[in-house]
Amino acid sequence: MTFEETPDEFEANIASLGHDLKAMERAGKISIDYVEVERRQIEEVGPFDLEGLFVRLDYAISQIKAKRVLLDTIEVLFSGFTDEGTIRSELRRLFRWLKNRGVTAVVTAESGVGRFVTRHGLEEYVADCVIVLDQRVTDQISTRRIRVLKYRGSAHGTNEYPFLIGERGLSVLPITSVGLTHGAPSERISSGVDGLDDMLGGRGFYRASSVLVSGNAGTGKSILAAMFANAACDRGERALCFAFEESPQQILRNMRSVGVDLAPHLAKKRLLIHSVRPTSTGLEAHLASMHQLVNDFAPDVVVVDPITNLISVGSQISVKAMLTRLIDFLKIRGITAVFTTLSMGNEFEQTSTEISSLMDSWLMLRNEQVGPNRERLLNVLKSRGMAHSSEILQFFISDSGIQINSEAMELAAVGQED
Amino acid sequence: MAPNKTSRRPGKPQTSKRNNLRRALSKWRLRLYVAGNTPNSIAAFANLKEICDVHLGGKYEIEVIDLLQRPQLAKGDQIVAVPTLVRELPHPVKKIIGDLSNRERVLVGLELKPAGMARVATG
Repeated sequence: MTFEETPDEFEANIASLGHDLKAMERAGKISIDYVEVERRQIEEVGPFDLEGLFVRLDYAISQIKAKRVLLDTIEVLFSGFTDEGTIRSELRRLFRWLKNRGVTAVVTAESGVGRFVTRHGLEEYVADCVIVLDQRVTDQISTRRIRVLKYRGSAHGTNEYPFLIGERGLSVLPITSVGLTHGAPSERISSGVDGLDDMLGGRGFYRASSVLVSGNAGTGKSILAAMFANAACDRGERALCFAFEESPQQILRNMRSVGVDLAPHLAKKRLLIHSVRPTSTGLEAHLASMHQLVNDFAPDVVVVDPITNLISVGSQISVKAMLTRLIDFLKIRGITAVFTTLSMGNEFEQTSTEISSLMDSWLMLRNEQVGPNRERLLNVLKSRGMAHSSEILQFFISDSGIQINSEAMELAAVGQED
Repeated sequence: MAPNKTSRRPGKPQTSKRNNLRRALSKWRLRLYVAGNTPNSIAAFANLKEICDVHLGGKYEIEVIDLLQRPQLAKGDQIVAVPTLVRELPHPVKKIIGDLSNRERVLVGLELKPAGMARVATG
């Protein structure tokens, strides 16, 4: 039952969220009744009640055997009638009636100021559950938030959670970080680089683990991440890449230049590259859309390249909080994730430490000057739950991707000591 | 078209008002929406009947719709409150809600009396 939008307007709005109300109406699953209350047309002479509203609701409920009722902006009644006392007592009667009728009712109201949650204090009639939505702008980026104010008979979360309005309606980010209850598979999967697997106890990463790849600009982080995704696709798994710097076409071209052809995987829809500018939305919105994509695509591995760019839209603390939630979310789904992070000069170890504590494995890539050449070096700073190599390995980027140069290993180690 | 135009010519408001009243009196169709035999609806019908008899002579017809028996009719006339009196004819459609106990205000609502006169009468 809508009080502000006509059925046509309502249907058009909901259609933009991917629901065809007209079809549902034809199928007898939904009934829309627009209640028009125009004070100018109505003269009040003597006592009245809102039985007409009850009759309409009751009729619509029994017509389609409705289990749920939506009263959209019922507070319009307050502006439609002058006798506020009658409206209040009738609303109280209405909510009790809905309950006795055995339907679940959702009532929307505009938020109010001061001690009232809603403008007309509607919440005082609604005993069971009150949900507060709002939208705030911080640093020019707005985030919608949802909070359960009260929910009788349940131990509800009390925090504010960000939510998104996407193509399929509203999606709330589940805070998965409430407990560390995810399983820990012992299955191992390849990093996509042969020599690197050797360093990781000879068998690669644990499935459902999280891997941080840090390094300065031009150290090959993206290539390493892409090879990881490529290897997953080669195994017949599904890979989802979030690219915050490059477009899918750019990634394809760049990877092709080092002998990794992602195009067939894209064509077979095993690989999905989702490129988006970090500043396009707030941090929470990014997280929400990432959740949604992960749910839709159901990948086995996820690459986020680079995670550092998200810092540009949030503080260090909120980025860490977001990452925690993302990592937990991926772990629960058994998804192995590789995050790249750009380190700046000497402070790189410190900036990465913030994030690295969340990660199961941490690979560091470096360019070192050895004699007249710059050499590419890789070492495994940590890898939980496995005997990993502590050596610094030299690698090069050839036309077949990253290759670990095991022979030059000692040389690199010597160069490091200088 | 032509007589209508002449009657609405500015400068002759008195004639226009009288014409309107006369036209209005020629045909009145009223609908009273109630929900069961509540005191309000019984009072509303009694009050309406009396007002019509006094002010409209025999030139009216009242249809009482009990929404408890014909709930599907509530949507069409946008009935929210009961009792609701709908003046279907003459146009435009007017709605008066309540038990219609204040006769002067009902008359104003039905445009049988201009708003100013009601104040004089009640005051």
